[in-house]
Amino acid sequence: MSGGRRRAVVAGVATSDYPHLPHLSEHAVHGQAADRALADAGLTLADVDGLATAGFFPMYATGVAEYLGLHPVYLDETNTGGSSFEVLVEHAAYAVEAGAAETVLVTYGSVQLSQMGRRLGTGGGGGGFAPGPAIHDALWGNTLVGNYALAARRHMHEYGTTPEQLAAVAVTMRQHAATNPQAQERDPITVEDVVSSRLVADPLHKLDCCVISDGGAACVVTTAERAADLRRDPVYVLGAAHATTHHMNLSAMPDLTVTPAAQSGPLAFARAGITPDDVDVAQLYDSFTITVVLTVEDLGFCAKGEGGAFVEDDGLAVGGRLPTNTDGGGLSACHPGMRGMFLIVEAVRQLRGQAGATQVPDARVAVAHGTGGMLSTGATLVLGREVP
Amino acid sequence: MTDPAPPTGTPADTRPPKPRPAPVPDPDTAPYWQAAHDGHLVVQRCRACGATQLYGRDRCLACRGPVDWVEASGRGTVYSFTVIRQNYSRPFRDQIPYVVALVDLEEGPRVMTNVVGCAPEDVRIGLPVRATFEAVSDEAGIALFTPDETRS
Repeated sequence: MSGGRRRAVVAGVATSDYPHLPHLSEHAVHGQAADRALADAGLTLADVDGLATAGFFPMYATGVAEYLGLHPVYLDETNTGGSSFEVLVEHAAYAVEAGAAETVLVTYGSVQLSQMGRRLGTGGGGGGFAPGPAIHDALWGNTLVGNYALAARRHMHEYGTTPEQLAAVAVTMRQHAATNPQAQERDPITVEDVVSSRLVADPLHKLDCCVISDGGAACVVTTAERAADLRRDPVYVLGAAHATTHHMNLSAMPDLTVTPAAQSGPLAFARAGITPDDVDVAQLYDSFTITVVLTVEDLGFCAKGEGGAFVEDDGLAVGGRLPTNTDGGGLSACHPGMRGMFLIVEAVRQLRGQAGATQVPDARVAVAHGTGGMLSTGATLVLGREVP
Repeated sequence: MTDPAPPTGTPADTRPPKPRPAPVPDPDTAPYWQAAHDGHLVVQRCRACGATQLYGRDRCLACRGPVDWVEASGRGTVYSFTVIRQNYSRPFRDQIPYVVALVDLEEGPRVMTNVVGCAPEDVRIGLPVRATFEAVSDEAGIALFTPDETRS
């Protein structure tokens, strides 16, 4: 990433089994993903001197280190919600380039589906429990879906985006999921299926919402020098950036149609020395269909307001304007709560030519973009097969 | 045998009705909750630059100047809204469908709220609304909004 001597690469990636893991603890999901990512790289836990992960308790990374029997000298548990893992890989890249660590294991694990089941579906909304200022938006029975619905409604009002355009995102993700044997939902759906599915929070229907899964994923960040002796061709961390506009109060988001991707995207692309035109394949956080429409605009793949038209007519399919979420995404494949790590795994697989039926021919530059909270945070990671 | 309202597997709910959640006032926000409790909407205004803001903070967001609480008109317009049709949390699950909205106040700040006093399908972006208050504890009230017939 930097112009320095050491250059950060992703040397190994893996997902755990998913989407339903009632027999595994949350930490065991970390372990399964970690073992597989290290094996993919040709490494073992003994090679790891850094650990990065995010969860919902303080000292979370310390706990995962203990469970894995690691005594790392580099720890990071920055939590920006669903975008955490793009941030953690960004930080890990800086760390290995600075020499603060040689090999950083980045892991994610969740058993959200088994632990809480479908009742989490709308993100609670009882209110009264929010810490500090977050109470202000927590008194109204709003739900997680409701927050994204407010953004969708505003985008429709300002730009004429239609429910059918939003639905097109879900339809394409399902097409991709049909080729992923692990995907939670694989049966083909149509735009009509989406817009006639139950409204959860107008204008978002059930099929505009991600699935709820168990699952985990991991990657190994090290230097190009170290990776030269390893099992896989390295994938370079070309550039990264993250941004935030608000915490849990959507009322504090300046413009509901502009996400933090509008800051993180241009910064990450500039740091990588690329433009949106150079991107061959994208893995974009798809908590809800509107999340993808906002993200393609904010990352500069189309102009603000044109996201609806951009995603229509197989715009996000392989062979389309921007092949996106080639594993089926959170909308169909797997969404265990903070999906960001899965985006990185699929981006790396695309750059290695390992993406199977949804492989983008000769993919050289991939973007993974995570979105966290209530459109609160965005983190963009630009990965490449070679240094441009 | 089966209860149609709660999620699958949940036994019939025989508990007493749960009240709306109440905020716990803190040094930044106590005057706001107290005003709403007493039937007033207030916003913070900067003594130095005149900027207005919500929620209550220690200083002005624009210039870090000192802020005062001032009376607001209670008038606003709907910036965006959604109709919540699924929420398993009490007390809201008994109120489905209901409207959650972001309202831009005449004085500038944007607040999240419920639009009440009309059918959900009558709410639209740009709808003029005015505040109405509900006490939710001895020390706090909340500002709900209803369509403002005088401005529609």
